[in-house]
Amino acid sequence: MRSGVFFGVDVGSVSTNLVVMTPGGEVVKKVYLRTEGNPVAAVQKAFTQLGGDVAKTKVLGVGVTGSGRQLIGAILGADVIKNEITAHGVAALQAEPKVRTVVEIGGQDSKIIIIRDGVAVDFGMNTVCAAGTGSFLDQQANRLNLPISEFGALALRARHPVRIAGRCSVFAESDMIHKQQMGHPLEDIVAGLCTALVRNYLNNVAKGKEIEPPVLFQGGVAANAGIKKAFEEELGFPVIVPEHHDVMGAWGAALLAREERANYQTSRFRGLQFCEEEIKISSFECPDCANRCEVITVMVAGAKISGWGDRCGKWQRINTAATG
Amino acid sequence: MRLTFPHMGLLSIPVETLINGLGHEAVVAPPTNKRTFELGAKFSPEGACLPFKVNLGNFIEALELGAEGILAAGGTGPCRFGYYAQIQQQILQDLGYKFQLLLLDPPKGRTKELYRALKILFQYRRPDQVVRLVNLAWKKARWLDRGNQLFRYYLPRSKDQAEAVRCYEEFLARIRRETLSSQLPVHYRDLTRRLEDLTMPLQADSILRVKIIGEIYMVLEPRVNFHLETVLGKMGVEVVRPLSISQWVEEHLLGVFFPGHKQRTVLLSEPFLPSFVGGHGRETIAELVDAGVNQLDGVIQVLPFTCMPEIVAYSITPEVSKVYGTPVLTLVIDEHSGEAGLMTRVEAFVDLMRRKKALMREVST
Repeated sequence: MRSGVFFGVDVGSVSTNLVVMTPGGEVVKKVYLRTEGNPVAAVQKAFTQLGGDVAKTKVLGVGVTGSGRQLIGAILGADVIKNEITAHGVAALQAEPKVRTVVEIGGQDSKIIIIRDGVAVDFGMNTVCAAGTGSFLDQQANRLNLPISEFGALALRARHPVRIAGRCSVFAESDMIHKQQMGHPLEDIVAGLCTALVRNYLNNVAKGKEIEPPVLFQGGVAANAGIKKAFEEELGFPVIVPEHHDVMGAWGAALLAREERANYQTSRFRGLQFCEEEIKISSFECPDCANRCEVITVMVAGAKISGWGDRCGKWQRINTAATG
Repeated sequence: MRLTFPHMGLLSIPVETLINGLGHEAVVAPPTNKRTFELGAKFSPEGACLPFKVNLGNFIEALELGAEGILAAGGTGPCRFGYYAQIQQQILQDLGYKFQLLLLDPPKGRTKELYRALKILFQYRRPDQVVRLVNLAWKKARWLDRGNQLFRYYLPRSKDQAEAVRCYEEFLARIRRETLSSQLPVHYRDLTRRLEDLTMPLQADSILRVKIIGEIYMVLEPRVNFHLETVLGKMGVEVVRPLSISQWVEEHLLGVFFPGHKQRTVLLSEPFLPSFVGGHGRETIAELVDAGVNQLDGVIQVLPFTCMPEIVAYSITPEVSKVYGTPVLTLVIDEHSGEAGLMTRVEAFVDLMRRKKALMREVST
């Protein structure tokens, strides 16, 4: 870490991840936290957990991805703010250069990335439905009073997985309750749910896409051995869960920050002091024209550091004037 | 009569000219906004497509401004657009609005209604005046489309994109006010000069060329497609768009004089989609094939949720995309669509095309 580090942050709906990466592309430290509806606090906590030794090293660049990328990017002073599809694709290629398909299942969205000859050629993302994502699994584990970490292991013990309607999370839940009341053992129901989620994924997100091995399975849900097994059974070949499957987005963001290093000489990172700063975010509907944009402004220690959401650029301009 | 009409991209400019020139008073609905969406969705059947809902919202907002008549178009194909006006009329009457519907339907066995509508529309003017006016409105539509094409070319190449947007908006305002058709090319030349002055030197092939295809309303109306063209332009993408108001008029109203449009569509789409599926389904496939042949960097298909013709086309896009190696992104939009998710996809798609292009360059050198 003597030559400096890159930070990669993935601010997702369910989890917030942080990685510290060497210029060589290796992950030396990772933090995986629950966002719990407060992305700013989660990122502050993640950086606090890194501890003192990182604080002393030089920061070469910061990349941010995930649904909260714009907000956190502004607060951190990120050098690269990228969408999670690109970030996941880049990290997958770093982990396995021969990868041809990336399956990613996160908290609220799931995606597929088709890679051929080292470049992404197509991708898909779930659109309207969250059945088959991490938050639904979470919710069901909760209802069954199971720690989410044991969910997968339990599914593997199933001998006769039951068939669960997986198209819609509401119907899946009532179907599970029905099977439970009929007297099916818990492990069979859990395994059935895993299969239902995988089928839902393949029929919706991966519809019309050619899934070819090697397949990398990443995202928080990849830790679930039951889902991994269900994928292998449906696809007919093994899927690989990479070592850093839970922080691939953050790793990808760090890799992108490294890649774009030529475009910025020194990092814009605002330093670790932001962990203690008071950060205020407010939003309002701009009444000035028919667009009625929802404008967001971010204040740090009483000064406006960023604004966005407007089409005309007015609130972004005011912000540059205020901060110089 | 105080007449209103639905919005669709730049359509309001020539139609306003036409209505006012014919001695009526055009009531232009407020530009489609959040309230339009809310009103339209509230009073429409849940399963209706987004253009139906937005048009209905436009009508309500115009009737509130005192419109007494609605000028609408219809169709006879398998697309639901064919019965928009009749259903919207029913809904608005049930809501208690009083108005007259002037429906310009293709005269398939119902010439009486078309004749009635045209008679009311042209009642204050002599035939020669009508001809002159229709000509002015038509020329406006043509020059607007040309100006728009220019803007799509220059926006990604501008050093001051906000200024480029302002120049273009000023051009629109000037065309709107213009009363002489001979002056229209002057405004166009002026726009060309101003946009040309804003261009910056660029490396060869740093600009991506992307074609937007799909359902015509979603493609032409920036206020429902989240200003897709401007967003792409600002990301360094030149948007190629075959659909436009004047193209639609040429193909559908003046098809007899411009048979080339249809011939080309049929020729290009035939190997993949040999029959007419309504709407612009066949055009979507034809334009995708064209993009493949001409090696564009990618294609974005935009359609409203539940759009039948485009869903048929969508099921064929993977095959066409595979044959020509053209990346395709399909965006399905309705009133529940979130801007963030949509922009993530668009951004990722632009990244994908850029990385692919960079790799191709590496391989070829």
